[in-house]
Amino acid sequence: MTVTPAIKRDYLANLAEQGKRADGRRLDEYRNIEIETNIISKAEGSARVKIGNTQVITGIKMDAGEPYSDSPESGVMTTAAELIPLASPDFESGPPRENAIELARVVDRGIRESEVIELDKLCIEAGEKVWIVFIDIHIIDFDGNLFDAASLAALAALMTANVPVERLKPTLEKLQEKFPSVKNYLDEHPTDYPLPLKTPPVSCTSVKYNGAVVMDPSLDEEEIAEVRLTVATDENGDIRAMQKGLNGSFSTEEIKKVIKASIDNGKEIRRQLYKSVGK
Amino acid sequence: MKTDVKLFENGKRRDGRKPDELRKIKIEAGVLHRAEGSCYLEWGGNKVIAAVYGPREAVPRHTQNPLRAIVNAKYNMAAFSVEDRKRPGPDRRSREISKVISEALEKVILTEQFPRAAIDVNIEVLDAEAGTRCAGLTAAAVALADAGIPMKDIPVSCAAGKIEDQVVLDLGKEEDNHGNADLPIAIAPRTGEVLLLQMDGHLTLEEFDKALEMAINGCHTVSELQKQAIMKKYQSNEEGD
Repeated sequence: MTVTPAIKRDYLANLAEQGKRADGRRLDEYRNIEIETNIISKAEGSARVKIGNTQVITGIKMDAGEPYSDSPESGVMTTAAELIPLASPDFESGPPRENAIELARVVDRGIRESEVIELDKLCIEAGEKVWIVFIDIHIIDFDGNLFDAASLAALAALMTANVPVERLKPTLEKLQEKFPSVKNYLDEHPTDYPLPLKTPPVSCTSVKYNGAVVMDPSLDEEEIAEVRLTVATDENGDIRAMQKGLNGSFSTEEIKKVIKASIDNGKEIRRQLYKSVGK
Repeated sequence: MKTDVKLFENGKRRDGRKPDELRKIKIEAGVLHRAEGSCYLEWGGNKVIAAVYGPREAVPRHTQNPLRAIVNAKYNMAAFSVEDRKRPGPDRRSREISKVISEALEKVILTEQFPRAAIDVNIEVLDAEAGTRCAGLTAAAVALADAGIPMKDIPVSCAAGKIEDQVVLDLGKEEDNHGNADLPIAIAPRTGEVLLLQMDGHLTLEEFDKALEMAINGCHTVSELQKQAIMKKYQSNEEGD
């Protein structure tokens, strides 16, 4: 971890007292967001998301595999995040550490708990073969707020993903020899088709330092943050997931304010997300 | 290798290329904010990003060399870069590629200027379609130049190979899978020194000579594209001022 020099800390804290930020944003204002989809030809779905200088690439791969025994008719999703050393002088190669695991789990939870992927529609043969959806998140350039960038990239990639029936045809036909009812699946899905999805919630992250609560923290702001809150909201303006981080605290009023700001920003981000995937 | 795939017909390859024709290459320097130098490169269906950090103190300290800097290239494939998802993290193949690329880069970098330092070169393959090590090394070289690391030359890499008894430049995916030989090399283009050389398959001496010459010519073509990419970044910087 780099040490933020005390002078920078004081500078940001003083600005915050006047309701200002180092890059001129309002306290509840996001940096510029860019979403680009279908950038990886080998992936079933992919997206590059930039929030300011932070850049994340997410790819979706799918394969036919075994279901969990407690949900034999449901597809399986797994999420992995890699903080590759490309993205920051502080990231090291090797197996994922705490931060990468928390990031992957928060993104995973946002997608899993709000049932964005309709896993029950990803069954090929009950108890034998279901689709496995791999969400792999690569941080390319790290300038703060990975939670929002990673979940947005995951959603955009999912929304452009196609189930690779054609690529897996030989496997599925072999399976049909053993389980004739696989024919029903193949008759119903002769070609690749869009991954079945419900409308996704959008995550917005805020941090607090020196009494000021700011949205979409930059790296410098994150480094001096005392407490962090991520709020995922849906298109009805309801709350779908939250995660508080770091060892500071919020008052209940602050939490309500953060939720309100997350709903407002979430609306605009959702509009941009739909636009980027052509919906 | 015996195969039903026809790789060569009427003097043209499957993707319509001539024997000595490269795939389409696009190079952009300075694409990342955080890294000291970076490069995005597309080579046919390959998409690669390289980023350079350093020179900075080498850690752990026992890796330090009191006389010069060490060069750590790390080649990594994204899980979604290949047909069947690759398990994240380094495997034997990527470790080997990291090693030969590190050694190739070390030869041109003026490492004696930075005792006890490490120069970290991270190569991330986002989309893979044959020839990722050549694409990776070529991108790494541009990222090093972009980072201002002093080098004797800007290294460049390209492969030649053999398909259906024909020596050809820059094997594509199916040519790599069904071809008879693959010869990736990297050179220092000013001096012609060979920095990386690997081969698998089967070549006669004559075929090797021809393939090597073809690969070197390919390197020189790619070298021009590298220089253009670096020039372009500096020019646009000037305009920005």
